[in-house]
Parts: sequence; structure tokens; C-alpha cells
Amino acid sequence: MSSIYQEIILDHYRNPRHHGHLDHPTHQAKGLNASCGDKLQMDIVVKNDIITEVMFSGFGCAISQASASLLTEAIQGKTVAQTVALEPKDTLELLGVTLSPSRIRCGLLSLETLQKTLNTPKK
Amino acid sequence: MNPSIKAHFPIFNHHPDLVYLDAAATALKPATIIAAETKYYEDYSSNIARGIYPMAEQATEAFESTRATIASFIGARPEEIIFTSGTTASINLVANLLSSHVTRDDSVIVTALEHHSNFLPWKELCKKNQATLKTIPVTKTGELDLDALKKLVDSQTKILTLSAVSNVLGIINPIKDIIQTVRDINKEALVIVDAAQAVGHLPVNVVDWDADFIAFSGHKIFGPTGTGVLFGKSALLEKLSPVSFGGGMVLDACAEETLYKESPACFESGTPNIAGIIGLGKAIKFIENIGVEKIHAHENALALYTCRRLTETFGEDLQIIGTTEAIKKSGIVSFVLSGVHPHDVAQLLGEKNICVRAGLQCAAPLHESLHLSASTRISLSIYNTEEDIEKLIRELVAIRKIL
Repeated sequence: MSSIYQEIILDHYRNPRHHGHLDHPTHQAKGLNASCGDKLQMDIVVKNDIITEVMFSGFGCAISQASASLLTEAIQGKTVAQTVALEPKDTLELLGVTLSPSRIRCGLLSLETLQKTLNTPKK
Repeated sequence: MNPSIKAHFPIFNHHPDLVYLDAAATALKPATIIAAETKYYEDYSSNIARGIYPMAEQATEAFESTRATIASFIGARPEEIIFTSGTTASINLVANLLSSHVTRDDSVIVTALEHHSNFLPWKELCKKNQATLKTIPVTKTGELDLDALKKLVDSQTKILTLSAVSNVLGIINPIKDIIQTVRDINKEALVIVDAAQAVGHLPVNVVDWDADFIAFSGHKIFGPTGTGVLFGKSALLEKLSPVSFGGGMVLDACAEETLYKESPACFESGTPNIAGIIGLGKAIKFIENIGVEKIHAHENALALYTCRRLTETFGEDLQIIGTTEAIKKSGIVSFVLSGVHPHDVAQLLGEKNICVRAGLQCAAPLHESLHLSASTRISLSIYNTEEDIEKLIRELVAIRKIL
């Protein structure tokens, strides 16, 4: 059985990109995976319909953290429309491994949180 | 424990290297149990308590002999044993049976260490009946706060429900003393025990405990999945009305005032899991042949060995959750390896054929009480050995290096 902990996942887990908070996000929301207790927060700055800055924080397993790191890297500089159109399979492809059904939720927490964040403008 | 005990479990023929440390979720099945189920399907498959042909009578006799076996195993009478599909169904059943007796002036007491199956049915019941739900807290070492319990029980207490053994911490609660304490404060309060992690692991005697209702699963004690038991004192069951209606539970369906059978038949409407219950009877025999005291001694010793080896190997880097005091320990150990998420631990162990549980273990309130986001659980049975624990330790060391 080959491990799902391939180098790309371990790299993004150990050295997460876009990890932290933004001082003045235009959008912010939290996501929760209730079955395992993983929590994620995303801070985003949208300017002229473009995601100019994005950061994530929280805690969780290597899969959920690496997925958030890979996803935030992929969407920086993209338009809101391009990002909203992302589908689960796009996020899972970033991880480069096939997750078992019980771990797919870990891999998709980042996308769920991202979609929620884009629907949650800061007042 | 004799290592040849593994020979009773056919799963090891299919997976010789399997290290199964998830007995608290469901125990592995001995060959005799699987054979008993197959024999029923191949040799005398028929419904029970209905047909008057020989095969149906044979099935009824096999099914009812399990009731007698279980009753004698826990010191009860056969009519006090209601078959269900598992602990969850047993607790939902007793909650439904008692629902009409709980009013807005009453309180129901649960504990902070309950499995969701002994928490949510009571939370829902209190919401529906506008009753008060109170929770007995746990100490930092995961033990029930008995001083708080004494303060929470009062004349309004209608029901107190608690686990005999925590499914996360493996801590054995002093059930007999707790029930005596409740009785001293309020004689009318009903006490319900979730014994899912106790029956088959510790000697359980309903007379000794003096609980009003006891719920447990068959599949956690080597029986087939989809089997469970609700014990209820016969004096109480006689006064309760059925909550599920249909075949097999009625004497006169046409009368204006429907006449139901006596307990337990009136609480077992519909065709039960006949093969499963027959298998469960064999599972009880399997346990009796080994001896519950011996099973407890083995699981307790192996749990303490596990705690010692984890602490020796990882020191402050690993936190064992709850007390490790020998006398309070069953065969369950939960831990957190610092900086590594329990899901990653379980996944990486799984890749090496080592089966453990990770996450909230259906006990979110307990994790919240202990300020834990999740944990990894090892739960032991008679087929586990020190070699299993050594394999676990080796792989945990490897995981520590990867993550």
C-alpha cells in the first residue's frame, strides 16, 4: 500500500504557504470539520474582483493543512469568478493522491471554507 | 493470555500481520460465532415465535436460549432481557419508554464522558418534554466528579444515566457506589447504565449494581453486528407501555383497547436479527469459557503495559489522557502525540495494518471538557499481545520522524 503522505503533502504541511492572518481582509470566515475537530479560518482581500491576498489559519491533520496551503497558493491572483467555479475534484487534484472516502472531508475543508469566505464580506 | 487464542479468529488467516487495536469500536469475531450464524441460515432458517413447523421451533428455541444465556451471564431473569440492534438502539428504546414519565419539572442527569449514544437521546428527550438536562463534570484526570454528582441529584431527578466504562479513557466508574449514592438522595430516580464497554470486559451483575436499566452491544463482545441488549428490572418493565408496534408483540389486535404481550415480547415488535442473536449466544459461551475475570486481567495488564511503553518511548512528547491508575483501567488507552493530528497517526498506522481509532470517538463533550481537539484510541481484547504494542510503538516512532 503506497502512503498518501507524499512529498508534496509533507512539504506543504511542514512549510505551509499563506499561513497566518491578514490585517484588513475584505472577506473572512471559519470552517469546521465536526467529525474530527479540524478548524480553518481564511482571510481574503478582493480588489477589483481579483483575490490579491489570501491567508489561512487554524489546526488540523496534514491533509487538511496541506490542502489549504495548496489551495491558497493556487487562487492568489485569480478572479472571484474563477475561484467560485472551483470544484472538489480540482482541490483533490492539487494534493496529487487519491484519498479514501473517510479522508475526503479533510481534503475538502479548505475549499468549503474558501467558498464560505467569499460569501462572507467583512462589514 | 495464550497466544493461540488468535487461532479462534479467522480474520488472522486473511491478514496474518493484522494488529487490531479497535475492539471498543467492534470486536473481532471467533469462528464459532460465524459458524452459528451460517448454520442458522443454511440449516433452519425460519422466523421465530410464529411458525409451528419443526424448523421454526428450532429457530425459536435457539433464539430464546440466547436470552437465557445472557440473563444468566449478567445475573438477570430472561424476561428482563430485551433484544435490540445495539447499545444505541437500547438507549433510544429506554428513553422512549420513559419519555411520558418525564415532565417539565423533572431533571435528567448525564455525565460529561458519555458516548453520543448516551447523551443525544436524553438531550432530545429533555428538549421535547421541556425538562432540565444536567451534566456531571469530569476531573482533570477524566474521572467523574462525585462531589458534583451529589450536588446535582435532588428530589427533581427523574433519571440519571452514565457509562460503566468510558469509551475514550477506559476508566472504570464506581457504578455500584454511584447508584447507592443516588438511591440515598432520591429513591424514585431511575438509574440507567451504558455498559457497552463493560460487559464482556468486567464482571457485570445486575443485582450487585442495582441499576434499573442496562444497555450493551453484542458486536463489542465478539457477537455479530446488529445485536444489542436492554436489561430492565421486571417490576419496571411490567409498568411500561410499548413504543414500537407491529408483529409478534400483540395478544388481541382487534379489541378496542389493544392487548399486548408481556415483557420482553411487547418491546420486540417485528422480526429480530435471529441469526445475530443466535451468534450472540455463542459469543457469551466463548467469553464464559475463557472467564471474564481472566479477560479483564489480560486487558488491564496490556493497557498498563501500553501506557508504560508509550511514556518510556515518547516522554513529555505524548500525553495519555486520563488516569492510568491500575485499578481504574480497562483495556482502553487514548493519547495525543504532540504536533501530530490523530487522523494522521491513524492513517499512517493503517497503512502498516495497525487499526486504531482517531478523532472525537463519538464523545465530543468529553474532548471539550478536557480541552482536546481530538485523540487517538487503542482498545484491547484477548487477541492482543505485547508484540502488537511493540509494533505500534515502532510505527509511532516512524510517524514522529515523518510528521
